[in-house]
Amino acid sequence: MKEKEKKTLKPSPWERLYNGLIKENPTFVLMLGMCPTLAVTTSAVNGLGMGVSTLAVLMMSNLLISLLRKVIPDRVRMPAYIVIVASFVTIVDLLMQAYARPLYASLGLYIPLIVVNCIILGRAEAYASKNGPVLSLFDGIGMGLGFTVALTIIGAFRELLGTGCVFGFRVLPDAYEPVALMVMAPGAFFVLACLTALQNKFKARRAPAVPEKFCTGNCASCLDAGCHIGTRERSEEKKEKASGADGKEDAGA
Amino acid sequence: MNYVGAFFLGILNHALIDNVVLSRFLGLCPFLGVSRKTSTAAGMGAAVVSVITVSSAVTYLVNRFILIPLDLVFMRTIVFILIIAGLVQTVEIVLRKKMPGLYSALGVYLPLITTNCAVLGVAIDSAQKQYNFFQTMVFSVGTAVGFLIAIVLMAGIRERIEHNKIPKAFRGMPIVLLTAGLMAIAFFGFKGVAF
Repeated sequence: MKEKEKKTLKPSPWERLYNGLIKENPTFVLMLGMCPTLAVTTSAVNGLGMGVSTLAVLMMSNLLISLLRKVIPDRVRMPAYIVIVASFVTIVDLLMQAYARPLYASLGLYIPLIVVNCIILGRAEAYASKNGPVLSLFDGIGMGLGFTVALTIIGAFRELLGTGCVFGFRVLPDAYEPVALMVMAPGAFFVLACLTALQNKFKARRAPAVPEKFCTGNCASCLDAGCHIGTRERSEEKKEKASGADGKEDAGA
Repeated sequence: MNYVGAFFLGILNHALIDNVVLSRFLGLCPFLGVSRKTSTAAGMGAAVVSVITVSSAVTYLVNRFILIPLDLVFMRTIVFILIIAGLVQTVEIVLRKKMPGLYSALGVYLPLITTNCAVLGVAIDSAQKQYNFFQTMVFSVGTAVGFLIAIVLMAGIRERIEHNKIPKAFRGMPIVLLTAGLMAIAFFGFKGVAF
């Protein structure tokens, strides 16, 4: 992944933003962080709120992890990342309780669950732990923006079809019979299925997808494992086993 | 008798009527990722059942007897995720030493469970709703069984889909998502037996 970037574009803050928004959009391209993507996008506002809170956490955690990347020992990096991310999630959680009460009520459980969002740990592991603070900050902003835009689009589609409104404003004429299914659980799956199918269609024309041997943080297409982190840990375990070292203790944290 | 009845009704309620994956969207990552073969799906489901059961008991006790008396409820997210990460690690080590057979069946899935949002979700949800110990256990076991049912069903369907002709654009994730959507509609049917 990194080599490819070096060839195409020099890493600069703008390139990072473009990468997060378009090239490696976490939702549509990498298919990461599916739980909040499907759960909170019952309306465009909820999607936007969730996106912005994830953006805040991702930005700050990327910055801090990048600053501490030489201090954190390699064997305990996962627990260390989890603690850093969880601290920022707690801050966002408390801020939302104080200043955005209605949004907090509608997002509810999914705010603390930002901790286990694959995108955040994925970026920490794949980018922030290897690059400088400025680039990591912009990487976080880019990925967060990509996630926000994707959630808002999905939310807007579901709201449009399910209630006839977008951001609470009536768009479709009154004669339109809202499909209540779209704001319920199945609608989330259908909208995302159609959006990824559309994306597949356009991507298939350009270039066939190359199967990745190692996990690049692509949760959903990683078919023999639940999450990229586990896969990565396991591949490392295998390597360590092969080299005869007993390095199992830090796996999977 | 009353508790036994409440236990089974609660399990049924949380497993089928309010299914964790299909109506609450928790644990989607493994649901979409590890559901390619029925055997691996069953392994993942079993591992999730055991981890959720143990972790929600521990997090309940920590929340009730440490966090609430010390007025540290705002630390819940950090404490819970660390407990879960530590617990998964402990379960893995104990299994490896004591039950190598079970370890070789479930071992590979254990590290993945830390990032399964169903585990943290159940712990935080039952703490937020202020369930007592019995309710917490019913809620967590029911949720975990619901996950097991959903992921095994999904794997069964995906094994069949594999041999079908699917429009090119829908191959891979989209068809899986569509299937999940149809399953979610089917699970809506259980709302009719809600009590």
